[in-house]
Amino acid sequence: MSKNKNLLDIKNLTIHYGTDSGTVYAVDNLNLDIGYGETLGFVGETGAGKTTTALGIMQLIPNPPGKIIDGEIYFEGENLLNKTEKEMRDIRGSKISMIFQDPMTSLNPVMTVGDQIAEMIKLHDKVTNEEADKRAKEMLEVVGIRKERAKDYPHQFSGGMKQRVVIAIALACHPSLIIADEPTTALDVTIQAQVLELMKDLKVKYDTSMIMITHDLGIVAEICDNVAIMYAGSVIEYADVNSLYNNPLHPYTVGLFNSIPDLDSEQEELQVIKGHTPDPTNLPSGCPFHPRCPQAMDKCSKEKPNRIEVEPGHFVNCFLHEKTNKL
Amino acid sequence: MGDRLLEVRNLKKYFKTKEGMLHAVDDVSFNINKGETLGLVGESGCGKSTTGRAILRIHEPTDGEVIYNNENILKYDKNKKKKMLRKMQIVFQDPYSSLNPRLSVFDLIADPLYVNKIYKTKSELSDRVKEVMDLVGLEQRLINSYPHELDGGRRQRIGIARALALRPEFIVLDEPVSALDVCIQAQILNLMNKLQEQLGLTYLFISHDLSVVRHVSDVIAVMYLGKIIELSDYKSMFIDPKHPYTQALLSAIPVPKVGAKRERIILEGDVPSPVNPPPGCGFYGRCKYREDICKEKTPELLNIGEGRYVACHFVK
Ligand SMILES: Nc1ncnc2c1ncn2[C@@H]1O[C@H](COP(=O)(O)OP(=O)(O)OP(=O)(O)O)[C@@H](O)[C@H]1O
Ligand SMILES: Nc1ncnc2c1ncn2[C@@H]1O[C@H](COP(=O)(O)OP(=O)(O)OP(=O)(O)O)[C@@H](O)[C@H]1O
Ligand SMILES: [Mg+2]
Ligand SMILES: [Mg+2]
Repeated sequence: MSKNKNLLDIKNLTIHYGTDSGTVYAVDNLNLDIGYGETLGFVGETGAGKTTTALGIMQLIPNPPGKIIDGEIYFEGENLLNKTEKEMRDIRGSKISMIFQDPMTSLNPVMTVGDQIAEMIKLHDKVTNEEADKRAKEMLEVVGIRKERAKDYPHQFSGGMKQRVVIAIALACHPSLIIADEPTTALDVTIQAQVLELMKDLKVKYDTSMIMITHDLGIVAEICDNVAIMYAGSVIEYADVNSLYNNPLHPYTVGLFNSIPDLDSEQEELQVIKGHTPDPTNLPSGCPFHPRCPQAMDKCSKEKPNRIEVEPGHFVNCFLHEKTNKL
Repeated sequence: MGDRLLEVRNLKKYFKTKEGMLHAVDDVSFNINKGETLGLVGESGCGKSTTGRAILRIHEPTDGEVIYNNENILKYDKNKKKKMLRKMQIVFQDPYSSLNPRLSVFDLIADPLYVNKIYKTKSELSDRVKEVMDLVGLEQRLINSYPHELDGGRRQRIGIARALALRPEFIVLDEPVSALDVCIQAQILNLMNKLQEQLGLTYLFISHDLSVVRHVSDVIAVMYLGKIIELSDYKSMFIDPKHPYTQALLSAIPVPKVGAKRERIILEGDVPSPVNPPPGCGFYGRCKYREDICKEKTPELLNIGEGRYVACHFVK
C-alpha cells in the first residue's frame, strides 16, 4: 500500500478514554484507508467507536479523558499526529470538514447563516469581506437555499435546512475530505432524501472524498463506494458495497443484515444477534464478537483473528474464512 | 376479520399556543380489531403521539369519540377512566427518560400494581413482578438493578413490563424501538410479536420507520399534518401506494440492497405549520398534482374499495 495513492490512511489507531469505571477501549488497533473521490460507509452499533475515530482524525478528542495511544493517520501523505495544533487548525475546515448529527452543535444561534459561512471562508482564504459574503450566498444556493435567506438566523430554518447550512459551511473551502457523522439521523425520511440527494450531487461536483458514519445500511447502499463494518473499536470487515451486500462474511455483518426488517418479503420473526454489545472497559478476549457469535470456535476466545483478504478487496477478521483464504 | 376493539371517530386535539390554535390531531378516524396491530406512520410533528395520548386521555381530546368495547370512553368519569386505563397502556420511545432513575427494576414494575392496589400480599406482588419479568425476557438477577445500569434494550423491556403488569388488552407503542440499535430493535420487535400472540394483545404501533411498521402491522395509517391521508392493509400500501405523499414517503426509504434502485420522488420544501392551518389539502404546497380545488376544499378520507381509504381529490 503506497502512502500516496490514498487520501487518508489510518494505521493501528488506538484511542482510550480514562473513566471512573475503568479504561474505555474506544478504538482498538484500527486500520482504514480512503482514496481520492471515494465515499466510505462507516457502520457499527452504538458505542462501536465511530465518532471517536472521526474525532481522532480531526484531532478533536477531548483530552482528558481521551487519548490517542498509538497509531498513524496519514492525510495527503503526512502524519496528522505529528502536526501542531496550529497546523491542525488550518487543516480543519479547509482540507477536512466534519458534519455532525445535530446541526445545532455546529451552528451559532446568534449569528446569521450567511455570516457563519463567510467566517469559515475568511478563516482559510485571503478574501475581502464582500468576496466572502458573495461566496457565502453562492454556497447557500448550492445547497438549495435562496440567497436572500443569508441574513436569517438558524432558528428560522427547519431541521433539514439547518443541516444544509452545515453542509454549506463544510463545503465552503472545498475540502478534500468530509467526515459526516450521522448527518441525517435527526431528519425525517423525505427530508433525509433531500439531503442525501444533495450530498450525492456535491460529491460529484467537487470530487470530495467522504466518510459517511451511519448505522443505516440503506444509506450506505445508496451513496457509498466502500464499507467498513466496525465492532468494539475495530474494523471487522471491509469491502466494496457490492461484495459486502451480496456476500457478507463476518457473522456479525450477517447478523446485522438479518436484523433489518425486509420491505419486500414476509418475515414472521427476525433473526437476531443474541446478547448485548460488550462492555467497552472490559472487551472479550480473542475476537471481541465471540460471546455472541453463533459459529464461535474454541480458538475465537483465545486469539485475535487477523485481517485476511478473502476475495480481492474484501477483507474480514474472522477465523471461519481462513481456509478459504489459503485455497 | 376479527372483532372490533377500538373505534376512533373524528378525533381532534387542538393546543392553544401563542401563535394561535395548533391542530395537532385534526379529525382522525380509524378502527382496530382485537388482536391486530394498526401502524401509525408519518413525519415528525404530524400528530402520531398526540393521537395515541388522546385515545388514552393523557391529553383530553378536543372533540370526537373513542369507542372501546362498544363504549365511548371519553364519557367516562374519573373512576371509570382509572379502571379503563388498566386495560389500555402505553410504552414510550425513550426507555431512559420515561423511567424514574431512583426506582429499582422491582419497584418500577411493581409501581402500577401498587397504584391500582391489585395485590393484597407482598408475596403475591413479588410473584407477579417476577412473572412479568419472565414474560419480557428480563433476567431475574436484574430485579434490584437501576435503569442507568442497564442497556437500552433491557430498559425498553422494563417499559414493556410496566405496561403488561396490569394485564392490559390494548397497548399504544409510541416509537418503542426508535432509540435502539438494529440488533436490539430486532429483539424487541420479536418480543412484541410473541407477546401479542401469547396474550392476544391489540396494538397501536407508532413509528416513523416504515420497514418496522410494515413488519409489525396488519393495517397501516399514514398521517400528514394532523390528518390520516391514507389507510390500508400493509401489503397494498407498499405495493401500490395511492396518495402522492405516501408515494413520496415510501420512495424515500433507503433500501439496504445494492442495485435495488427505486424511482425516488424528492419532495420540495417542508411540512407547513399546524397552527391555524388554511382550508384545503395539507399537502397542497408540496404536491406535484395540485389543482385549485386542493386549495379550496379539504379532501375527505374516502373508501376506494378493498378496505383502502385515501384522502385526495384525484384518487377515486
Ligand atoms: N468523552 C468520553 N468519555 C468517556 N468515554 C467516552 C467518551 N466519548 C465516548 N466514549 C466511549 O467510547 C466508546 C465509543 O464511543 P463513540 O462515541 O466513538 O461510539 P459511536 O460508534 O460513535 O456510537 P454512536 O453510534 O452511539 O454514536 C463508547 O463506549 C463511549 O461510551
Ligand atoms: N403539549 C403540547 N402543547 C402544544 N403543542 C403540542 C403539544 N404536544 C404536541 N404539540 C404539537 O402537536 C403537533 C403534533 O405533535 P406530536 O408529538 O403528536 O407529533 P409526532 O407525530 O408524534 O412527532 P414525532 O415523530 O416527532 O414524535 C406538533 O406540532 C407539536 O409541536
Ligand atoms: Mg457517534
Ligand atoms: Mg411522537
